[in-house]
Amino acid sequence: MTTAESSTTDFVLQAKNLNKAFGAVIAANEVNVAVPRGAVWSLIGSNGAGKTTFVNMVTGYLRPDSGTILFNDKDITGLEPRKITRLGISRSFQIPQLCAELTALENMLVSLSSANEQASFFRPAHSAESVANATDMLERFRIVDYRDRTMAELPAGVRKLLDIAMAITGEPQVLLLDEPTSGVAAEEKYPLMDLVMEALDGSNVTVMFVEHDMDIVARYSQRVLAFYDGQIIANDTPDNVMQDDSVRRYVTGGAVATAGGV
Amino acid sequence: MTNSRFFVPVCCVLIFAVLVGIGFIIPQWAMFLATMALAKGLVALGIVILMRAGLVSFGQGLYFCIGAYVSGLMANWTGITDIVLLSILGVLVSVILATICARLLSGYRGIFFAMLTLSLSMILYGALSKMSIIGGTDGLNVSAPTFLGYAPEGRALGFSLYFYTCLVSVIAGGLIRVYFNSERGLTALAIRDNELRVEYLGSSVKSAISSGYIMAAAVGGLGGVIAGLAIGHVDPEYAYWTTSGEFVFVAILSGFFSITAVFASSIVLEVVRSFSNLYFPNTWQLVLGVFLLIVILLLPNGLGSLFSKRRRKGGSE
Ligand SMILES: Nc1ncnc2c1ncn2[C@@H]1O[C@H](COP(=O)(O)OP(=O)(O)O)[C@@H](O)[C@H]1O
Ligand SMILES: [Mg+2]
Repeated sequence: MTTAESSTTDFVLQAKNLNKAFGAVIAANEVNVAVPRGAVWSLIGSNGAGKTTFVNMVTGYLRPDSGTILFNDKDITGLEPRKITRLGISRSFQIPQLCAELTALENMLVSLSSANEQASFFRPAHSAESVANATDMLERFRIVDYRDRTMAELPAGVRKLLDIAMAITGEPQVLLLDEPTSGVAAEEKYPLMDLVMEALDGSNVTVMFVEHDMDIVARYSQRVLAFYDGQIIANDTPDNVMQDDSVRRYVTGGAVATAGGV
Repeated sequence: MTNSRFFVPVCCVLIFAVLVGIGFIIPQWAMFLATMALAKGLVALGIVILMRAGLVSFGQGLYFCIGAYVSGLMANWTGITDIVLLSILGVLVSVILATICARLLSGYRGIFFAMLTLSLSMILYGALSKMSIIGGTDGLNVSAPTFLGYAPEGRALGFSLYFYTCLVSVIAGGLIRVYFNSERGLTALAIRDNELRVEYLGSSVKSAISSGYIMAAAVGGLGGVIAGLAIGHVDPEYAYWTTSGEFVFVAILSGFFSITAVFASSIVLEVVRSFSNLYFPNTWQLVLGVFLLIVILLLPNGLGSLFSKRRRKGGSE
């Protein structure tokens, strides 16, 4: 899992002086990050600290009030989510964003055809090839048993996995996972993260995931960004971050944080 | 089976054969009714295309009217009576107008989209009503069509028109079925469910809605051309909101899973209308209303859920 941190100048994603306020609430305050290609980083912070806001700005859902976001040194600040996805940054959602009336297979087919810029008015969505690819993807996430179920029939963990599976069909260079393990039973959190990491193995994708469970943070990420009040108060290895006084005070609260709410 | 690329064409040929066969046995009034039902079914099919992306157009009368006026004006001004040429022109004008309107409309959803489409059609209604050079509210008469040089009269005319209508309805229906089954067709269903996700997967929701709206206009214009020629008269009522309302009625009645159901629903509407007109001349809308209510209660996904293998369970619409 320790990918080439050697070429430190090769930053796939950079955020420079990002600011974002919602009325009186400051959700991003001079956020500066430079993420090397292939890194797996985590984002921690209590609820309302600004983690989702960061993800939303990078993926174009929110335009920062000021600051720039560079992807492969190209300015992507304020581009539409669709364009940012096309460039190679994709995301999953804190609350899975699925197509409720469609089956798990069809959800995968939608993401497969969207990944293809020349999505066709004629080529069947259910072509043998697409169905095979979609099924393969569901198999990689061990949710193929739910292939023909609609979303209402899926357990929370399966929805989370499907949401992530959809995010990676476009073969992104950067993947942002917003609380991949929230709403998932405690004993399923590790298996879920293992599946995600397995699915990404060998693809050199840069991953940033939001997580509350410090054990998961320590186990899966090489570096941690700790958010508090819209600021990054620590940016270091998991061990160092957990020793950090301000992190202990504002984030982990001395004890190991439990999974936060939605 | 249904995945074979021959499935849609084979179905189309079979349905066409059956329709033409029926044409040989039914009386002339029924043939006219069927022609009108198919023509209006084409317009309703446009609404169904939009419904799949979660939108309802309350103004498809706009394109119905444009198709009808194109055929009427062309016949009167240029003497063109060839139905194929008129169809192409009607569709072309509709598509051009729709391409312009789509830029405005694709930014709206839900009731705003519905109301905007409605107002566009009412603008046309108002404009046509005031234009006395083309008949104002009286409209104008349309001469009988010719068919690639063939100029039938009497029953032969009625049959030719019916035959042509079956042919274009089956072709349009087949093409739209191919679209429904396509990658873009599935994306439309996804938009209905979760627009945000679709954008985040890299697809443009606006362009999907625009293309759906343009397709809807194309079939709307086609239906208008046929209706104008079949009735032999066009007037601004084609764009009036009650006309558009009928198309919405048919679309809701059929649901969006089956294309055959759209035409079937349109036939049901025409039949109910004809007979109610006969027996309850002043309250036939009431009969229709009650009928629609029953369908919505018993088959929340429309008549189409009877034909379609999808979601027979009646999802949470
Ligand atoms: N769209 C929004 N409108 C108004 N306030 C928002 C919006 N998004 C986030 N906020 C506020 O910004 C702060 C940071 O939120 P968020 O980034 O969602 O936190 P986190 O993901 O770390 O829990 C919170 O106070 C939240 O209420
Ligand atoms: Mg959050």
